[in-house]
Amino acid sequence: MAFILIFITAIFVNNIVLSQFLGICPFLGVSKKVETAMGMGAAVAFVLVIATLVTYLIQIYVLNAFGLEYLQTIAFILVIAALVQMVEIVLKKVSPALYQALGVFLPLITTNCCILGVAILVGNGTYDSAGMEPGLVSGVWFALCTAIGFALALIVFAGIREQLVRMDVPKGMQGMAIALVVAGLLSMAFMGFSGVNNGLAKLFE
Amino acid sequence: MSNIKVFLNGLIKENPTFVLLLGMCPTLGTTSSALNGMSMGLATMAVLVFSNLIIALIKNLIPDQVRIPCYIVVIASLVTILQMLIKAYAPAVDASLGLFIPLIVVNCIILGRAEAFAAKNGAVPSIFDGLGIGLGFTWALTLLGACRELLGTGKVFGLTCFPEQYGALLFVLAPGAFIVLGYLIAVFNKLKKA
Amino acid sequence: MKKLKSTLPNMAIVLTSIAVVAGLALGYVNSITAEPIKQIKAQQLSDGIKAVLATDEVQVETPDTLESGAVLYRTDKGVAVQATDPNGFGGKLTVLVGFNDEGLIQGYQVLETSETPGLGAKAGEWFQKGAKGDIIGKNPGEKELTVSKDGGEVDAITASTITSRAFLRCVNAAYEALDSQKEDAQTGASVQYHNEEKEENYE
Repeated sequence: MAFILIFITAIFVNNIVLSQFLGICPFLGVSKKVETAMGMGAAVAFVLVIATLVTYLIQIYVLNAFGLEYLQTIAFILVIAALVQMVEIVLKKVSPALYQALGVFLPLITTNCCILGVAILVGNGTYDSAGMEPGLVSGVWFALCTAIGFALALIVFAGIREQLVRMDVPKGMQGMAIALVVAGLLSMAFMGFSGVNNGLAKLFE
Repeated sequence: MSNIKVFLNGLIKENPTFVLLLGMCPTLGTTSSALNGMSMGLATMAVLVFSNLIIALIKNLIPDQVRIPCYIVVIASLVTILQMLIKAYAPAVDASLGLFIPLIVVNCIILGRAEAFAAKNGAVPSIFDGLGIGLGFTWALTLLGACRELLGTGKVFGLTCFPEQYGALLFVLAPGAFIVLGYLIAVFNKLKKA
Repeated sequence: MKKLKSTLPNMAIVLTSIAVVAGLALGYVNSITAEPIKQIKAQQLSDGIKAVLATDEVQVETPDTLESGAVLYRTDKGVAVQATDPNGFGGKLTVLVGFNDEGLIQGYQVLETSETPGLGAKAGEWFQKGAKGDIIGKNPGEKELTVSKDGGEVDAITASTITSRAFLRCVNAAYEALDSQKEDAQTGASVQYHNEEKEENYE
C-alpha cells in the first residue's frame, strides 16, 4: 500500500516541479512543444532512476561506510555527470532509435537539479516514504514516481503553451512572463491534491 | 573603469534572474520571504565569486576536453565548504534553505559564468563579474521574496505593513512564486524598453 | 602561460590533481566545522528540552528510540518526546513535546518543518500557552487532540488546517509513544490509548 501512497504523493501532492521547485530550468526551457516535452520527460525518468540507484549504493557502501558524508555533493554530481555520459554512449551503441529520441536532452540533464535533489533526498533518507522504511527499493520507487510527476507536469505545461502561442498576450507579458503565470495557475491546480495522501492513508489502513 | 562596467553589467543588463532566466529553482524555491531570498542570493554570490576566481586562475592548466568536469569539481567543493560553514555558524540559515544549498552546484548561473566569463578573462575582472552577477541575483531574489512576503503575510523582513489577515496566503505558497516572478519579469521588460 | 593540450595523460593528471586538492580542502574544512556542528545540534536539542519542560536544568538520560520513530528523552522533570508526522503541508513535521509525570503537556517546540514560512511556521506560536490554539496543560490520553473542524476542541491555525492537523497528530503520537513505554515499565496499568487504530496510521 505504501507503494501506491508514494506514487500518488510524489506525482500529485508533492509534485517535484510545481510544489518542490526542482527541475524548473528544463520545465521552462523545454516545454514549447509536447513532443520534446515527452522526450525530456522520458530522458529524465531514465537517468533519475539509474542515478538514484547508483548514488544510493555509493552513499551506503562508500560515503557512510568510510565516514565521508561531507563528500556527498561532490561525489553525487560527479557520478551523475559520468552516468549521463555513459548512458549516452551505451544508448548510441545499443539502441540508436532511443538515442535519436533522447540524445539531445541527455547533456542538459547533468545540470537538472531534480536529479541531484532526488539523489540527495534518497541518500539522506529524508524523502516522503509514506511510512515505509527508507531504503533502496522505496528510494528507487520514489525516484521513478518523482520522474513520472516531472514528466506529467512538463507535458501538461507544454500542451498549454502550445495553445498559448495563438493567444493575444499583452506585449510586456509575452514569452517567459506569461509562461510563469500559467505555471502558477497549474501549480494552483495541483495544490488541490494536497491532503489526498492523508485520505488515502486512512483508506488503506 | 572596465571592471566597474563588468560589475554593473550583471546587476541590470545581464541580470541572471530577469534577463538571462537562469537558476530558476532557487529563485522560486527559496523566496517565500525577503530574508530567505537574500540569504540564498548571498550564498550563491559567495560561491560564484570564488569559483570565478579559482577558474580564472587555473584555466590554463585545464585541458579543454575535461574542463566541464574540472569546473564541476571546483564548484561542488566550494558549495560543500559553504554548506559546512553555514551548518556550523549559521544553523538558522541552514534550516530555512535546506536542500537548496547543495543544489547551488547545479545552478546554471555558476557553471554558465565559469564557461562564459572566467574561462576567458583574468582573475580581477572575473571577481567583478562574480560580484555583479551575484548581486544581480541577490537583489532579484530579495525583491521577489519581499513581494511574496508582503502580498502573502503583509510583512517585509518581518516588519508589518498591513494586518496579516488581509494577506493572500497563496503568494507565499508555490503558485505565488511563479505568478509573482512572471509579473516581475513583465515589469522588467517594460522598464528596459522605456 | 600556454594552455595545456588535451592529451590523455594531461587530462588524467589535471582531473585527478584537482579532485585530490578538492578532497583535501574539504577534509580540512570538515575537520574544523565538525565540532561546532555537533555542538550546535546538541545545544539545540537541550535548549528544546529545556523549553518544552519549562526548566533551566535538565539531566538528559540516554534517549530511547521507539519503533514508531518517536524518541523519548527522560529527565527528572518529565519526558520530552520527539515525534514526526509525514503529512504536514509540503512534507514532514517534527515536534518535540514535553510531558510531566501525569501526562499533561508542559510545552512543545517545532523542530523540523518543510512548511511554508509564515504559514506552518506559525505552529511555533499558535499552540503555546495563552495563544489561540493553547494546548498546554492538556492531556492527549484523556481525549485525543483534534481541531475544532474535526470535532475537537483545539482551534486550528487560520487558513492552515492541514498543518494544524499534522501538528496535533504529532502531539498525539508523542503521547502514545510515552504511554506505550509506561506500559512496558509498569505492568500495563496505565491509561489505555482510546483510539489506537486511528493513530497507528500516522506513525
